[in-house]
Amino acid sequence: MASGVKPRVKVPKTAKAGDTITIKTLISHKMESGQRKDSDGNLIPRSIINRFTADFNGQNVIDVTLEPAISTNPYFQFDANVPETGEFKFTWYDDDGSVYETAKKISVS
Amino acid sequence: MKLTRRDLLVMGSVGMGATLMGVMPAIASLTDDEIAKIAGDAEIVAGELFVTAPEIAENGNTVPIQVTAPGAVMVAIFADGNPVPNVATVKFGPLNRSRSASTRIRLAKTQNVVAIAQMEDGSFQKAKSNVKVTIGGCGG
Repeated sequence: MASGVKPRVKVPKTAKAGDTITIKTLISHKMESGQRKDSDGNLIPRSIINRFTADFNGQNVIDVTLEPAISTNPYFQFDANVPETGEFKFTWYDDDGSVYETAKKISVS
Repeated sequence: MKLTRRDLLVMGSVGMGATLMGVMPAIASLTDDEIAKIAGDAEIVAGELFVTAPEIAENGNTVPIQVTAPGAVMVAIFADGNPVPNVATVKFGPLNRSRSASTRIRLAKTQNVVAIAQMEDGSFQKAKSNVKVTIGGCGG
């Protein structure tokens, strides 16, 4: 498990049915690209978040495959249309097999 | 005829030059290969897809980009001058009508950020944005 990995998500708390809301997600992760060399000249092996998904009430909103070219502390911003009250689930998959999750509720009037 | 060191040097540099010429186009076409893997022989048009990226990126380690692809199911993003051109592949679900995503990427040097979008009807669109990078972002 990569240490110090912390997800942060910004989702509006309320919205009107059918609104388009903007969701901002950030996860603190080194995203070691596998291109850097350490002080002995050895290549530091790749260790990155390779997938990020967001679901709302079980329906997929966005599914991103990340490569080493994504910056450290991967930031993703995207929109979603919310038809009803529910919960967003965000999942990040690490190269080393760890899975990081966070969820946010939104109430829709 | 005696083979002088000067002759050897000239032969060597011509050989190097020839090899370099062969290798250079290969780097740009790594991206084309990846695009061909996704789109196959399909004709790729410009369409409504667009990539928003700064003209000049001060720090190649974190370059903000945005991809907007109205009507797309999937968008694949490449950086054609990076050691590995793949950057990200974004699949949109039904609840994402605006079909746009923003993120920050690493760019090794001045290059194009290329996006290929697969539309709902199976066709493909392509867009690119040139970004000048002052400090490379791949640790090199």
